[in-house]
This record gives sequence, C-alpha cells and structure tokens, in this order.
Amino acid sequence: MLIKARRKQVDYFTAKRRHAYLFWGLLLLVTYAAAVLTQYDFVQGLSSIPGALVWGVTHFYPNAESLAKFPDVLRTLVETLLMSIAATTVASVFALVFALLGSQTIGVHAGIKLASRSIATVFRNIDVTAWSMILLFSFGQNVMTGYFALFFGSFGFLTRAFLESIDETGSHSAEALRATGAGYISVICQSVIPAALPQLISWILFMIETNIRNATLIGILTGTGVGFLFNLYYKNLDYNAASLIVFVIVISILVIEFTSNYIRKVMIG
Amino acid sequence: MTALLEFKHVSKQYGSETRALTDVSFSVRSGEFVSIIGPSGAGKSTLLRCINRMIDASSGEICIEGKNVLEFRKKELKRMRTSIGMIFQHYNLVDRLSVMENVLHGRLGYKSTLAGMLGLYREEEKQQAYQILGILGLEEQVYKRCDQLSGGQKQRVGIARALIQGPKMLLCDEPIASLDPNASKVIMDHLRHISTNLGITVIVNLHQVETALKYSDRIIGVNQGKIVYNGTPGQMTSEELQRIYGSERRDTRADQGETQAG
Ligand SMILES: Nc1ncnc2c1ncn2[C@@H]1O[C@H](COP(=O)(O)OP(=O)(O)O)[C@@H](O)[C@H]1O
Ligand SMILES: [Mg+2]
Repeated sequence: MLIKARRKQVDYFTAKRRHAYLFWGLLLLVTYAAAVLTQYDFVQGLSSIPGALVWGVTHFYPNAESLAKFPDVLRTLVETLLMSIAATTVASVFALVFALLGSQTIGVHAGIKLASRSIATVFRNIDVTAWSMILLFSFGQNVMTGYFALFFGSFGFLTRAFLESIDETGSHSAEALRATGAGYISVICQSVIPAALPQLISWILFMIETNIRNATLIGILTGTGVGFLFNLYYKNLDYNAASLIVFVIVISILVIEFTSNYIRKVMIG
Repeated sequence: MTALLEFKHVSKQYGSETRALTDVSFSVRSGEFVSIIGPSGAGKSTLLRCINRMIDASSGEICIEGKNVLEFRKKELKRMRTSIGMIFQHYNLVDRLSVMENVLHGRLGYKSTLAGMLGLYREEEKQQAYQILGILGLEEQVYKRCDQLSGGQKQRVGIARALIQGPKMLLCDEPIASLDPNASKVIMDHLRHISTNLGITVIVNLHQVETALKYSDRIIGVNQGKIVYNGTPGQMTSEELQRIYGSERRDTRADQGETQAG
C-alpha cells in the first residue's frame, strides 16, 4: 500500500517535470521561429537603443514655437479626458446592474445569472483596440467610435470585477436582510452596495486611469482627441510639438493617478 | 398552550444525493427556549432555515400559528419573515456601516420599496433602536462602525437588529460558535432573558452540550437528519448523548471542557 502510494508520488513528479520541459522547449522554439520569420535581430535591436536615446534628446523636446500650440493640445486633452471619464462612469452603471443580476449569491434567477455573465464575458474578451476597429466601420473616424470602444471594454471588465466584489463582500449581510423580510431593492441598496462600495469605487478609478491611457492610443486610430494631434504633428515631422503632447500626457496621468489615490484614501479610510 | 411552530414529517433533499432532513416532526410552544444539538452536518442549519424559508423544505408541513409556510406566496412570506428574527454565527452585519444603521436594517421588512431604497427611518424607530442598544449594553457604540467592534459586541448588534423587528420568534444559528467563553455567556444570557422576560420564542443551534443543558427549556437532538432526542435538559443522559453524537462523542467532550474552562 505504502509502496504503491510512493510510486504514485514519483510518477506525479516525473510527469510534472516532463510537462515543464515541454513547455519551456516549445516557448524557446516559438520565440526563435518568430524572430526568424520577422527577421527581428535581437542584438541589432539592443544596439540601436543608445542611438535612439541620443536622437530623442536632441530632437524630442518642446521649444518656444511649439508652446504656441499649447491651447490646442490642452483642448484635445480635455476632450480625451472627458470622453474617458464619461465612457467609464456610464459603463459602470450598466456593469453594476449586470453584476447584480449575475451575482452568484444575490442574483434572482439562474437563467438571468448565466445570461448576464455570458454577455459580460463576451464584452470583456474583446479588447478596446479590437472594439475601435469594429466600431470604425459603423461610426467612421468619429469621437463616438472611441467613446463606444471604451464603453464596451470597460463594461465587460467592470461587470466581472463588480461580480467578484459583490459576491465577496455582500452576501452575508444580504442573507440577514432577506431574513428580516426586506424586499430585493432594499437589500441591494442597504447592504449589498454599501458593503461593496469601496471596492466598486476602487475599480471605477482604476478603469478611468486605464481608459485615459487607452483613449490616447485609440485617438490615433479614430483620428480624434490628443492622440490624433500627436499623430498629426509627428507625421509632419514637428517633433517639438509632438514632444509637448507627450509631456502634457505624462503630467496629466500623474495628476490623475495622484487624484484617484487621494479619493481612494478618503473613501476607504 | 398552543404550538407556535409545528413541523410535520418535514424532509429536505439537496440535489439528488444529500438528504439533509428525514421525516422531522416536532412542535415548539410560544415563549419556549429550545436548543438544537447534534454533530456537524447533522442538518441543524437546514432545519432552522426551513422555518423562515431561507431554504425550502422538500416535503411535509411547517406551520407557524397553524398556517403552513410552505404554501405562502411572496407577500405572506415577507410578512412572516418580519415576525421572525435571525441571528448568525458570523453576525452578517454590514461592517462598514454604523451600529445604528445595522440595527435599523431590522425595520426594512416593514418599508415600502422607496423608503427601503433610500433608507428612510422614522424618529420612533431610531428611538427604539437606541433603547434596545441600551438594554444590550451598547449605548457607547451607537455611532461606531461595526468593523471596530469585538465579536461579542457584533453579535449583540445582530440581536438588536432582530429585536427591532418586533419578532415572535428568534432563530439563532450557532450564535456563540465564533466567540470566547465570556462573550458567549453574555450572548446566551441575553437570549435567555429575551425568552423569559419578553416571551419571545428562541430556537438556538448549538454545538456546546453544556450550554444547551444550562439554558434550554427543551433540547432537540439531531443526527443524520433525524430527530433522535426531544426532551428537557433534566432527562438528558449520557446514553442519549451517545445516540445524538454517535461516534463523534469524543469531540463533544472536548467542547464541554472548553465551556467549563470559561
Ligand atoms: N446548499 C447546500 N447544498 C447541498 N448540500 C447542502 C447544502 N447545505 C447543506 N448541505 C448538506 O446538508 C447536510 C446538513 O447540513 P447542515 O444543515 O449545514 O448541518 P449542520 O448545520 O448540522 O452542520 C450536510 O451533509 C451538508 O453537506
Ligand atoms: Mg450549521
């Protein structure tokens, strides 16, 4: 009996090691094949970094002339920021409804639970860049394209995050309130949401931060916002103006990060 | 006296495999203090939750004041639940909210959807919450957040939330299983007081035999979903305990030791 158990254990570890070798071997092979196919020379890539740095320092800085474009930059930046915040907050309302309906512990009906979870999974698994490409067909190069791309992406992600927060924090007190005879809406408003609130807010802030970064990139694709302006200056070889945009974006991201950390501290503390 | 609660041949099946309760029949008089004891997995929690239909029994009848709760529609079910308080092992409070807010939650069963949604409570209700918290020795804690309380204090908030419902009956599922001996004694004393002085029927799931013997008017012993003992603490013998706990008897000895130490 004991010997048998020991042999089983040995088999288990041998099998596990074999799987590990197989995995790393395959990974190496794929990396090599990809490098060959794309003619990517790693050594050359590395050795070009110092040159790129030198070029960056000598060309990529804002000068007096580019500062004249500051109002334009600011206007598009604000547009991008507002779009990200609007897309996230609206998405979070929808996500909350879907999370409540799909929650394992407080959802109302097994069919509805499954349906709302499935919808959220579909939306979550399509990346925002994929969304913007899809939406480019229907809306064209338009602010709406970026807005909806962010909206759909955030909706999927937030539903998933909210589901977990709610199931983790709200189920015990919800049970107690249901036992007092409280109605569904009361249970949600008085126990589930208050219990999960810090986590929900934390996720929304995280999503706003992420979306502001994404929005800039999406702007290049959809020809809107500060991303579009960057693309324009860059293509016109106006590196000074383009670098101004980069500085402004970096600063605004830092400000936003700082602000949302502050909100988190106040809300949770 | 008339029976407040009556189980008639109640069974509960989870899925196709687990039979949690088998042909359970007993009755509880108004104002009685009843403990349900038995090994873990015997079906104590299931039995208790079948009363206010947090779990639906599979067959049989459960009557409260002569009315079969299994036939209740949504509205009657809600009304029945407002008259039954429930107390949990893990207190089930909203930890981020204040003691006061948690106690007032006990009134939500009486509210319209709008008032419940917005959490609108009347002045009398707040006064009553104050009064109950005073009786339970929590007047200092009224506006504290519940995550700042000790386990024993949290459980007293749980009791206050149940009492403000104005219940006929309290269902307590292992109310002292997470508490130290001193806090346990405080909670059990409060429950006994509620039964004796307020005339509220109290049904408690316990795993400490000593505690059950000390506080109860009657003990119901459950083993593998069946009632194997139903009598007063005075009639309890070690043979009966053997039947209730079966081979797990040794574990109960250890529990008793713990209780006595406290
Ligand atoms: N939701 C559930 N689904 C399936 N089986 C359950 C569920 N709840 C309890 N059971 C099973 O029913 C039996 C009785 O459980 P329970 O009433 O919790 O016992 P106790 O409270 O006495 O420990 C156990 O075998 C348990 O595994
Ligand atoms: Mg239990």
